[in-house]
Amino acid sequence: MIRNIFALLLILVISVFLASSIASIPFGTEKTTVGKYYLDKTIEETGSVNTVTSVVVLYRGFDTLGEVTVLFLAATGLGAILFGLREKRKRKKERPSLIMRTGTRYLFTAALLFGAYVFVHGHLTPGGGFPGGVIVATAFLMLFLAQEGFRVSEKGVKFVEALAGMTYVAIGIAGLLLVGSFLGNFLGTGIPNKLASAGIIPLIYITIGLKVGSEITGLLQNMRETTEYES
Amino acid sequence: MNPEALGKVIFYGSSIALFLIGLYIILVKRNLIKLILGLTFIESGVNLFLVSIGYVWGRTAPILNKPELMETPSKLAVDPVPQALVLTAIVIGVAVTAMALAIAMLIYDKYGTLNISKIKELKW
Repeated sequence: MIRNIFALLLILVISVFLASSIASIPFGTEKTTVGKYYLDKTIEETGSVNTVTSVVVLYRGFDTLGEVTVLFLAATGLGAILFGLREKRKRKKERPSLIMRTGTRYLFTAALLFGAYVFVHGHLTPGGGFPGGVIVATAFLMLFLAQEGFRVSEKGVKFVEALAGMTYVAIGIAGLLLVGSFLGNFLGTGIPNKLASAGIIPLIYITIGLKVGSEITGLLQNMRETTEYES
Repeated sequence: MNPEALGKVIFYGSSIALFLIGLYIILVKRNLIKLILGLTFIESGVNLFLVSIGYVWGRTAPILNKPELMETPSKLAVDPVPQALVLTAIVIGVAVTAMALAIAMLIYDKYGTLNISKIKELKW
């Protein structure tokens, strides 16, 4: 009880300070000039109409490579932490219903296709490699939940992940050799608003999509319990 | 109320509220899963704050798929930089949440409980 009161008091104090400092930030006005530069130059320099994508993949390409590495480390670390725990967790569960089993079987392909659409069109529409990869992983999550004893091959997941990661770095090194900067755009910009435009952005987003999709699928499989079903 | 003050109250206010709700959960709750939920609350509050900083009145998303948007993009679209940074922050947040959940699973396996006040080794 006394703990709740202290917490509320602390939060009251923090909220007063936060509100008084944040209230002085104007709302709805332009604040950075670098954002203006990106908006004006994105089509000319990168060919990508989605400015957020061109910032993430080209202007801040190093940062995205690091981000993908962080996600890879988290997935690997989670596998290491949960290693050996998997066999212990066994619990009897009710069998998934017929509607679940049949429905997910048909939804699976649609979800995979939608995920691929989102990461292939990252330079044209809102979306990109990260959300597309998560949609792909969601398709596998449906199968984990609804199909009895469904497992993805651990080796296959690792293979797709490693291949996508190496392709990303290889594209970066190709840029270094051909244009003179790591992750430089060596394919030209193309016609804006076409699928085959924006140089290396779609290629990089496809590798990111595959990498994130396989990583999160592996992560979900690691966290899942081995279940026995009541027959 | 003028529009600017209203925008401040709605967007900045709700991001502060999300942050404080997360902080309250972390301070008061004793269940590890709830603590991790509190972390994600704080994270989404900060993300909402960053995105709302980048908003500019009357402008649209920074996707230049119309002819008039392609001509003068910096007068018609909002700031793309906070959105790109929040995209990074969300991905890192997923990684952190996954690691925290894995550690919670380990703790449950070792101590048989998720209540942090019942785990003797955490007391001092």
